[in-house]
Amino acid sequence: MNIYVILKQTFDTEEKIIIQDGEISDDGVKYVINPYDEYAVEEAIRLKEQHGGSITVVSIGPSRTAEALRTALALGADEAVLITEDRIGSEEFNISKVLAAYFANNQPYDLILGGNFSIDNGGGQVAIRLSQLLHIPHVSSIIKIDVSSDHAIVLRDSEGDTETVKVSLPALFTAQQGLNEPRYPSLPGIMKAKKKPFHHLSIEDLGLTSSEIIAKTERISLFLPPSRNSGQILQGELNQQVSQLVHLLKHSDVLSI
Amino acid sequence: MSKFYIVVAEVRDGKLRQVTLEALQAISLVKEDDDFVTTVILGHQIMDIAQQLSEHLNGQVYVFDHMDLKTYNAEIHFTAIKHVLNTLNPHAVFLGHTAVGRELAPMIAAYLEAGQLSDVISIEKSGAEILYTRPLYAGKAFEIKKFTDGPQVVTIRPNNIAAADTVELHAQIITKEFTPPSSLRSVVQDVIRKTSGKVDLTEAKIVVSGGRGVKSVDGFRPLQELADVLNGAVGASRGACDAGYCDYALQIGQTGKVVTPEIYIACGISGAIQHLAGMSQSRIIIAINKDPEAPIFKMADYGIVGDLFVVVPLLTEEFKKALA
Repeated sequence: MNIYVILKQTFDTEEKIIIQDGEISDDGVKYVINPYDEYAVEEAIRLKEQHGGSITVVSIGPSRTAEALRTALALGADEAVLITEDRIGSEEFNISKVLAAYFANNQPYDLILGGNFSIDNGGGQVAIRLSQLLHIPHVSSIIKIDVSSDHAIVLRDSEGDTETVKVSLPALFTAQQGLNEPRYPSLPGIMKAKKKPFHHLSIEDLGLTSSEIIAKTERISLFLPPSRNSGQILQGELNQQVSQLVHLLKHSDVLSI
Repeated sequence: MSKFYIVVAEVRDGKLRQVTLEALQAISLVKEDDDFVTTVILGHQIMDIAQQLSEHLNGQVYVFDHMDLKTYNAEIHFTAIKHVLNTLNPHAVFLGHTAVGRELAPMIAAYLEAGQLSDVISIEKSGAEILYTRPLYAGKAFEIKKFTDGPQVVTIRPNNIAAADTVELHAQIITKEFTPPSSLRSVVQDVIRKTSGKVDLTEAKIVVSGGRGVKSVDGFRPLQELADVLNGAVGASRGACDAGYCDYALQIGQTGKVVTPEIYIACGISGAIQHLAGMSQSRIIIAINKDPEAPIFKMADYGIVGDLFVVVPLLTEEFKKALA
């Protein structure tokens, strides 16, 4: 089985965001595999352990992204592909287009796995756009997958409801929390990763030209939310504090009470 | 020249979702007087919902009412939507940023070769430009964006834009023929409704949220009771989900959901940065925690230092009295 995982490198979730000169500062930031993509990598490894085959991890990003791909190799992926191209930016239209060009050149694929969304941009677009461009079915936000020869049966989380979906392969799936518990890289895994194939590609390698990279949207400005000040720590006996709190809420302009 | 705007309506649990009306309101903020608004509603036996929807816009409501549309299936629903896209050649398509909207929007965007702005929390017109504000890093930062090319797809975060009111001149309801695709690559075999009758977490006006301090599955019970009294929803921190005290569907944070209720009651949550990202835009934050040094108190409007298992039931009783 040929399994592909599309992944993105993001800031660690514990990073604070600092804006410097109109951009988000990446000074001293710790990078990780986007947590949802990490579930996808883990699931790919488990599926390979069960069914055999190979796992290729694919990412688009600056050269530092190689670190995230190496982590995926250390976890158990077999091959990594990094498409580096400044002109692509973060526009989901372009990212999905470049990935589609990659997959058009790399058939056959049985499964493409990705994360439900990236924790930085949070658009949740790329994977689903890709499935449409490749004309393959997809199920988003999966919490379980069982693969047979020509189909998969998955559980999809739909805002707390659970749907069972049967899908013919090849297909694309996006991982939701609860799909699995990602493993940590082992030392032998890290050593082995160094010898695994790692391909660097440009958009020209994929048969695209920069005139095909079109910005559909543009950022005008960036700002931080107003910081919240600490309010009032209530005092007195607990039951007095509770009555005081309810009293305060009743007399605030909160509509719902 | 007149342009076409489309809203893909959403029905959940036999009801029209509030976010559909919020999407309609969003369009009314940006459209020109001579633009057209069409709402597409899909499902089975939904004429009364279509009727209700028609009272909120001056335009058209396209109804696809078919057995096969009863259960949401992206592939089947998209077949109907594609038909509308082909007919109307829209300038923009608006959806709710919900489980359904998050899936359909990128399908529509790919089909139209359009740009998409997801999870938009506010829209304003500035001269000839329309500015969309959306979160980055789950709300640790925000960006203002505009479209620069081609058709537009927008998903609206629930609870952030006022819902469209009823209008005087109701929309025309047009029943559309629907032929399900002859072969399907994906089939929804079963749906387990765990959320039926409950207030949706992202749309809730009041969220009662539990962290590691809740200690067990049972520990969530008093939180649920408080939420029920307030007609709110229960949420959780990653700590509580990772510990197995509750379903991941409840998780609020940078991984998980972002909520912006009127009142957020954090019970036994210390306030990790990753959690704060998911709730810091709530209107009023209340923290209940045994540890007076917990970071959550630094951003709470009101704090009670105490055991949540004592405080939460007291609160439930006090609210019951206040609301009686």
